[in-house]
Amino acid sequence: MKPFIVLYLVMLACFSVFLYQDNDFEASKVRGAGIYSDFCVTCHMPNGTGVEQTYPPLAKSDYLLNNRTASIRGIKFGQRGPMVVNGKHYDNTMMPLGLDPQEIADVMNYITTSWGNENTKMVTAEEVTLVGPR
Amino acid sequence: MKKSIPIGCFFVVMTMVSCAQKSDNEVKTPDIKTISAELLVDGLQIPWGMAFLPDGSLLITEKSGEMIHFKNGSKTTIGNVPEVYNRGQGGLLDIELHPDYEQNGWIYFSYASEEGNDKGGHTAIARAKLEGNSLANIEVLYKATPNTTKGQHFGSRLEFDDNGYLYFSIGERGQRDVNPQDITRDGGKIYRINDDGSIPQDNPFINVNGAKTAAYTYGNRNPQGMIKHPETGAIWIHEHGPRGGDEINVVEKGANYGWPILTYGINYSGTPITDKTEMEGMTQPIHYWVPSIAPSGMAFITSDVYSDWKGNMLVGSLSFQYLERLVFEGTKVTYREKLLENIGRVRNVRQGPDGFVYVAVEGKGIYKLVPKV
Repeated sequence: MKPFIVLYLVMLACFSVFLYQDNDFEASKVRGAGIYSDFCVTCHMPNGTGVEQTYPPLAKSDYLLNNRTASIRGIKFGQRGPMVVNGKHYDNTMMPLGLDPQEIADVMNYITTSWGNENTKMVTAEEVTLVGPR
Repeated sequence: MKKSIPIGCFFVVMTMVSCAQKSDNEVKTPDIKTISAELLVDGLQIPWGMAFLPDGSLLITEKSGEMIHFKNGSKTTIGNVPEVYNRGQGGLLDIELHPDYEQNGWIYFSYASEEGNDKGGHTAIARAKLEGNSLANIEVLYKATPNTTKGQHFGSRLEFDDNGYLYFSIGERGQRDVNPQDITRDGGKIYRINDDGSIPQDNPFINVNGAKTAAYTYGNRNPQGMIKHPETGAIWIHEHGPRGGDEINVVEKGANYGWPILTYGINYSGTPITDKTEMEGMTQPIHYWVPSIAPSGMAFITSDVYSDWKGNMLVGSLSFQYLERLVFEGTKVTYREKLLENIGRVRNVRQGPDGFVYVAVEGKGIYKLVPKV
């Protein structure tokens, strides 16, 4: 009986941590959607398609999904110069937006899980804080 | 099924008709390039505003908060510039000299400011004098309230008219359902003040209880272009629409330009904002752009440098990254043309005292337009 109770409690603990994280993740995505519509949508478009030859896409973007830290850095410190996204060349400037680390985490969580993008590991404010300029 | 064929034909015809109606709204690309762009100032990020000093040198505002004095080919950073709220579209924005600058030395500038008790920022208008390489005698003439952490629509272009009134724009700060149609709230308006910040007694809402008495028009969205018409002396603006529906408007005392009750645009998501484009009591634009070019900066060519372009208007396009030349008959656009295609996001355009046109491009710098011989 005793091992069962221990196992039960351990399972419960794991489960609730998992659920809470999930809640945090969902709440962060919702806040991120608000940030997106305030700061990003005019260039990257409502469906993350960007604008051909001008603003790179976020939807199914190999750059975004394979370069987590560089993407955070781009939002935090700005992005400039040539880059290749989904095989296409872009050469433009995105200025730093003045977002705080939690807002950057929120918008990252939104864009990495929207429009067919997949990300199971939540970006946190701590993670953003640790990203320095290049 | 049988009915679908005539219905289909009907839609084809309607589409052709509606396309045909838009033809005068089409922008042309000239075959022969008659001007070249020479890079004058390099290494700039977002050169939002520029003003020419009497000695031919240039004051440049960087959105990041830096004010630069460009003289004899070198840049000096001006000290004592007020702290700016550098977030989203906010930062250090436009700059303009007093019409009697040589007598009084006043420099006017606009910026996003955190002044006040609430979190966030809003547009502020200030004036100062240049002493050495620093600003002195700084006076804040107007500060919009309440602050908000929203990142968009600070407006901020400045222009004096022939009577010495200072006009400026403040965008609706991302709160279209709250600000533009309410004259007791800041944002979504063109303002008019005296050069010392006091409110002219004949401003349109001066006697309206609770009104922002500096306001001169309302129902605007986010005007980032403003210029005095060289012949009529009227103040002309352009403003960013939503998706589609950027506008050119002539500023008229007390006028309501309709945002967001009227617009030629739609939401970024593609859903409609309103089905109305005109209404009694609301002023129509003299021109609108569909699709949006995202206009910033506005100038009239008054010099003879570009021969038959005299009297034309120039407007920067942020989203399509070119400079647009517009020909007018009175207030009607008769021709539109793309200049400097793919040059980058054109933030600002001005005619200098030498009659040449100067174009500020984000991530690059300031170009001088030179006619090809």
